[in-house]
Amino acid sequence: MANKTKELFLKTADVIIKNKEYLTELDAAIGDGDHGINLARGFKKLKGKLENDNFESRNELLKLTAMTLISNVGGASGPLYGTAFLNISKVISDTELNLADLIEIAEEAIAGIQKRGKAEAGEKTMLDTIIPAAESLKKSRDNKSDLESALNNCLEAAEIGMKNTIEMQATKGRASYLGERSIGHQDPGATSSFLMISTFIENYLK
Amino acid sequence: MVNILIISHSLKIAEGTKELAEEMKQAEVDIQTAGGTNDGQLGTDTDLIEKKLKKMDCQDGIVVLADLGSAVMSFKMVKEWLPIEKQNMIKLANAPIVEGAVLAAVEASLGKNLEEVLAAIEKKSIINKNNL
Repeated sequence: MANKTKELFLKTADVIIKNKEYLTELDAAIGDGDHGINLARGFKKLKGKLENDNFESRNELLKLTAMTLISNVGGASGPLYGTAFLNISKVISDTELNLADLIEIAEEAIAGIQKRGKAEAGEKTMLDTIIPAAESLKKSRDNKSDLESALNNCLEAAEIGMKNTIEMQATKGRASYLGERSIGHQDPGATSSFLMISTFIENYLK
Repeated sequence: MVNILIISHSLKIAEGTKELAEEMKQAEVDIQTAGGTNDGQLGTDTDLIEKKLKKMDCQDGIVVLADLGSAVMSFKMVKEWLPIEKQNMIKLANAPIVEGAVLAAVEASLGKNLEEVLAAIEKKSIINKNNL
């Protein structure tokens, strides 16, 4: 199970690295223009480490992912994603994940990001992708949906969340320095979160 | 003696600030820097911050000056990883990095304790430029 998850993280690394320029362009519009460069630096390092290692458990894999991102990203997204993955490592099991597990994982990720960044929904950050995604999973649970439709709805909610950041004004991070001028641009953090979530989900549905 | 750690996105800012602060110290104070990423770009190197904080003498305390977002966020995270006794002796100053580091070097080298150094550099007048 852990090595299947490893393949998933290798794919995620490829997606982030492939989108390095795109994320950097989004960040150049409202920030310091390094989000893609930073994440690609962290995920390249992660790729190297994952390729040369086998994992006994998902916990071990997630911990290594967290620490590698924290040590190598070089921007706030390092501690933010790092703490999210570290939190997830504490709850993730090595069995097939069900909807309740996915909700727990999403909640841990949100708690980790909020611990470091102190952001709430609507502040034009990665949380504006992840919180709607988590809410969608909970709605599917309440509606007793099957896992496949829950994941499809989650993917859609994450994408809508990401796109909704275009109209938001940033109040956290470097983009907040631009005030109202941050409106009209899609948030790079929300975009990288969407890239990760969509890779996870598409890989699962395939 | 209270020691000082300067954390900046830029290696040049960190080292330049240290250079300015060194010039003002009245006695030996350890002023360390953590500037830029681990590949020499603008950003923050969490491992370097951790290494510096572990290496520095914190018996009388360490005052930390940090510039923007991830410098502050990374420092706070690294601090949580240290033993609680050490955490209590490391304080992030609510002060601008250059003015804060220079004044901290003066205050610390005059033998002021951690609270006194912080109180001095966190005064609003530190950023006053027009009524000097």
